[in-house]
Amino acid sequence: MKQVSELAKALGFEVVSPGEDPHREVSGGVYCCDLLSIAMGRARSDGVWVTVMANVNAVAVAVLCDVACVVIAEGMAIDETTRQKAVDQGVCLLHTDLPIYDAAKAADRFLSDEA
Amino acid sequence: MSEPIKLSYHVPGDDFTRAGEASSAVKKTLKKLGVHPDVVRRVAIAMYEGEINMVIHAHGGEIEVEIHPDIVKMELRDTGPGIEDISLAMQEGYSTAPDEVRNLGFGAGMGLPNMKKYTDDMRIESELGVGTTVWMTVKNE
Repeated sequence: MKQVSELAKALGFEVVSPGEDPHREVSGGVYCCDLLSIAMGRARSDGVWVTVMANVNAVAVAVLCDVACVVIAEGMAIDETTRQKAVDQGVCLLHTDLPIYDAAKAADRFLSDEA
Repeated sequence: MSEPIKLSYHVPGDDFTRAGEASSAVKKTLKKLGVHPDVVRRVAIAMYEGEINMVIHAHGGEIEVEIHPDIVKMELRDTGPGIEDISLAMQEGYSTAPDEVRNLGFGAGMGLPNMKKYTDDMRIESELGVGTTVWMTVKNE
């Protein structure tokens, strides 16, 4: 089972907040959605959630869903309030300039051992 | 866990940075009590949507939660403007949220429908100019 720290390192995702446990294992697959009301019902526990919603509400949804990490894609700027909330809540927040689909595909390939 | 555990929260209005604190706290309590993860998630989602509604529409409000061995009860009260047409508000896709809320990833008209979807029972009473109260229950079985 791959860990979030391994995923971030392998794919070159910037670690904005390491989360409660950087060695947390990813077992919930990869999910993409920017509408929080949908994401909160669909993002899987222990999974990777890829979104452009770089705000505090995305961190709150990550907590509710208990995802292993959130990947903020498309180079969206993450403000200090959001970073701090992620740190406070123990949410692993990663950042990449990749488009959403490419970020999700890369994560999926890495988790599937194809990378 | 024979006596219900009662929890109360104040939801500050117009402050998105704090929305989710109540649902997050309830989630942690339910997890500690060993409640099934699906039940925990359903309660947390329904409560979070309720919190967001309070922040967007009602300048905040109060939430009370009762955790019984077999059921979780939530009561969300606000003194906001009230809902003009509850059946319309319950329709997925209907929203009166302003554009800035949409830009935050909400306002797609899924709040109340989600609250109904993730709970076993939901009831709304609302009076224009007085406020809105939502009761929700999730069975723990």
